[in-house]
Amino acid sequence: MTDSNVHGQHPEPEGPGAPHRVIGTPSPAESRSMLAPAPEEEHPPARELPPAPDDEHANNAAKLVAACFILAMLAGLGFIACYFIFNDHSLSAVTRDNLALGTTMALAFLLLGAGATIWVRHVMPKVEIAEDRHPLRSSDEARAEFAETFKEGADASGFVKRPLIRRSLIAATVPVALAPIVLLRDLGPLPYKSLDSTVWRKGMRLIVYGTNRPITPAEFNTPGSMITIAPEGFQNDFDAMAKAAVIIIKMAPGQLQPPTRMNWTVNDIVAYSKICTHVGCPAALYEQTTHHILCPCHQSTFDATRGAKVLFGPATRPLPQLPITTNAQGYLVAQSDFREPVGPSFWERS
Amino acid sequence: MSVEKGLEGVGTWLDDRFTGAKGVRYLLRKIFPDHWSFLLGEIALYSFIILLLTGTFLTFFFQPSMTDVVYHGTYHNLDGVHMSEAYASTLNISFDVRGGLLMRQIHHWAADLFVAAILAHMLRVFFTGAYRKPREVNWLIGITLFTLALLEGLFGYSLPDDLLSGAGLRITEGVLQSIPVVGTYLAFFLFGGPYPGHVIIPRLYILHVLLIPGLLLALITAHLFIMTFQKHTQMPGKGRTNANVVGAPAYPYFAAKTGAFFFFTFGAVALASAFAQINPIWLYGPNNPVGISAGSQPDFYMGFLEGALRMMPAWQWVVFGHTFAFNVFIPALVPLGLIMTGAALWPFIEQWVTGDRREHHLNDRPRNAPTRTAIGMTTVAFYGVLWIEGANDVIADHFDIPLYTTTWIARFAIFLVPWATYVITKRICLGLQRMDLRTLDHGVETGIIRQLPTGEFVEVTEPPSDEERVVLEARPDYPALPAGGESAEGVPAPGMRGAVGRLRERAYKVVTESVPLEDAHANGHGDGHAIEGNGHGNGHGDGHGDGHAPAAVPSGGTEGEHPGSEGSPGQGEEH
Repeated sequence: MTDSNVHGQHPEPEGPGAPHRVIGTPSPAESRSMLAPAPEEEHPPARELPPAPDDEHANNAAKLVAACFILAMLAGLGFIACYFIFNDHSLSAVTRDNLALGTTMALAFLLLGAGATIWVRHVMPKVEIAEDRHPLRSSDEARAEFAETFKEGADASGFVKRPLIRRSLIAATVPVALAPIVLLRDLGPLPYKSLDSTVWRKGMRLIVYGTNRPITPAEFNTPGSMITIAPEGFQNDFDAMAKAAVIIIKMAPGQLQPPTRMNWTVNDIVAYSKICTHVGCPAALYEQTTHHILCPCHQSTFDATRGAKVLFGPATRPLPQLPITTNAQGYLVAQSDFREPVGPSFWERS
Repeated sequence: MSVEKGLEGVGTWLDDRFTGAKGVRYLLRKIFPDHWSFLLGEIALYSFIILLLTGTFLTFFFQPSMTDVVYHGTYHNLDGVHMSEAYASTLNISFDVRGGLLMRQIHHWAADLFVAAILAHMLRVFFTGAYRKPREVNWLIGITLFTLALLEGLFGYSLPDDLLSGAGLRITEGVLQSIPVVGTYLAFFLFGGPYPGHVIIPRLYILHVLLIPGLLLALITAHLFIMTFQKHTQMPGKGRTNANVVGAPAYPYFAAKTGAFFFFTFGAVALASAFAQINPIWLYGPNNPVGISAGSQPDFYMGFLEGALRMMPAWQWVVFGHTFAFNVFIPALVPLGLIMTGAALWPFIEQWVTGDRREHHLNDRPRNAPTRTAIGMTTVAFYGVLWIEGANDVIADHFDIPLYTTTWIARFAIFLVPWATYVITKRICLGLQRMDLRTLDHGVETGIIRQLPTGEFVEVTEPPSDEERVVLEARPDYPALPAGGESAEGVPAPGMRGAVGRLRERAYKVVTESVPLEDAHANGHGDGHAIEGNGHGNGHGDGHGDGHAPAAVPSGGTEGEHPGSEGSPGQGEEH
């Protein structure tokens, strides 16, 4: 029963009482207490282990362990102290507090870890035990018994014998299982045609995003400049802006070429959707010298002089051009909504 | 002694009620084999505990709401700015809750560590073959845990509703929309309408703090329970067999070690959080569908998806009024799908090919399963190219390479690098096997040079120690294939017929490819001074194609195919 042993330890002589027993050594008797006998499967391993640390070594190591733990305690106290000492709120204070709290917390944990490691490696004896494995499969008898029990139950329930019950149960389960999925229907509205259009309408003024003011061609007359535009009245409507955001670019005369729609521009000012046709990031980077519009997310590049056609990257379609003109007061306005859906491709888009 | 008193008191009280003595003792004596790589899973577990603790703290202060508020808090740079309550409360946690910034940073660092540790742990399990029977289910649970961890991370860093996380959500919406047939519906259901809407943050919040952590917790529990029940695998070593488990018992040795390890993990994360700023959301500003910053990078574990999206050529079909956005849904779904599906199926493919349906508790050294190791490294290379392309703008900037050049390189590298990695890894593994064989045959070099009476200089070698010998000789022994078409009986065995049988036969040769061990010993030219680089000639280019006698060639059917194993025998001197 007790073929177990612990390597590298010196089991104390067996005595009548459990009290001085070292963990893992054979138990003296079938005891009623918690100190139960070892299971049968443990063996000393084949590998030679270093001897247990001698007393002096262990004593020195124990002091080191205690030192680590005491320092960890001090670090923990330091954390609490820092928490209460630093109590003013400002950007610089936050940085300092974070450093103080983080350092003391890290120290406390690292010292606890160091102490425990030294404890295991230099105070505790080296122990290695081996235990036999048994195949995980049940014995043939157990399997047969299980099969029999299972079959008995199946027979008794009539699940196999009575297809009426079985089939009606399955029939009942299907709609009940579908119900929770149906419940998810109201998570959101159906898209219908909402992705095909934006809030831009005929005569709607172009508003400079940020200053919220309309703009005239005369105010926007430096070739090479680019600004972000919102449809008037929707500057703060995120849902609308997520599709309707526009950039306008002022070109030098003669730079705009087909397939740019010239009758959709005003004084060499061209308006493109800001929403990248790849996955919808704002295509916000404009390079003056090359007239490239670059989306910073996945680097789709569009040629602003040629109808924002794709020059590079994963986008398949040019940024849609917004038809613009000027109104009676001279402000830039939309001629209409975009003539095609803006933003990323989707299934229903034709 | 007080231990006895405690046992008699509390122990007896508990045992009278729960019969724990035997079972708990079994757990106390549970054996933990020792190897540094077995700690990787523990890092993941402890990161998860850190995430639960810090995450709970954060929920006390975070407001998962997209209601518009005007900020008037400690961070004056954003004073008077409109933002969502979610963003405002994250600023509040960072600047006004004492220790809040530290908890946020620990939470974020621990999340990165969690995913990194899962990745490393999965690689360890794969490369050592620890997924083999009976542990396939735990392997599948692990893959599910990894997938959930990615989702949990994505949802988590979207919650602060800053500009960077807004870009992440925008990309999520674009990717969902691209999925054929159901894409727009999925996007509208997730966002409750068009992006950004007003419900995405509260929805992601409840997924992030309840549903996914609950699933993670349940699956981690199952993972650990199965591990305990099936016992650990172990690396080869003296006295370690497939039929035993050797190591330190849980109590007190492993408990103290792993406790220390928990403290180290927490300490390291706290140290990183004290000194290395992560996700300074106040610099990005509140989310805004019009704004974006250049060089936006997701957390590292999403980088490979970003890279895939960036390198994909602009392919799209419009058929019968419907758009197939290959440029989006292929990179978004295929790389991850390939890796995850491949990983999930591999244990079963390997079982089918090798016909090995025995239990395996003794791990392989990666070199001893060259094909498996090569496949693993190929996956790493595939992932790696995607991941690096995910930071191509940063690379182009730092190394002064034109941006589009980096993408073009990646478009080729995604095919060439994994292929080269496969070939090179396999060569390295076979080379390492030959080195092991040389050590077994010729001993370990001591660095001592001796002059022979003839005037010749030789290096003195020592035979490998028993422990080393056991490690070097531990090789997987694959069962022989059922007799194939050309077998003596002339009738192919079941499962070996037709095209499927031929496929399996070929796959068997590839999967079990190894430098044979037995023949090396049979030749037994154990001299003490191998000349560098001569391989060790075993001269067995013979006896091929007459069917593999299982007893003679258990380690594979590729004799005579390696240049190094065709050399003339006895390159060294006889003693």
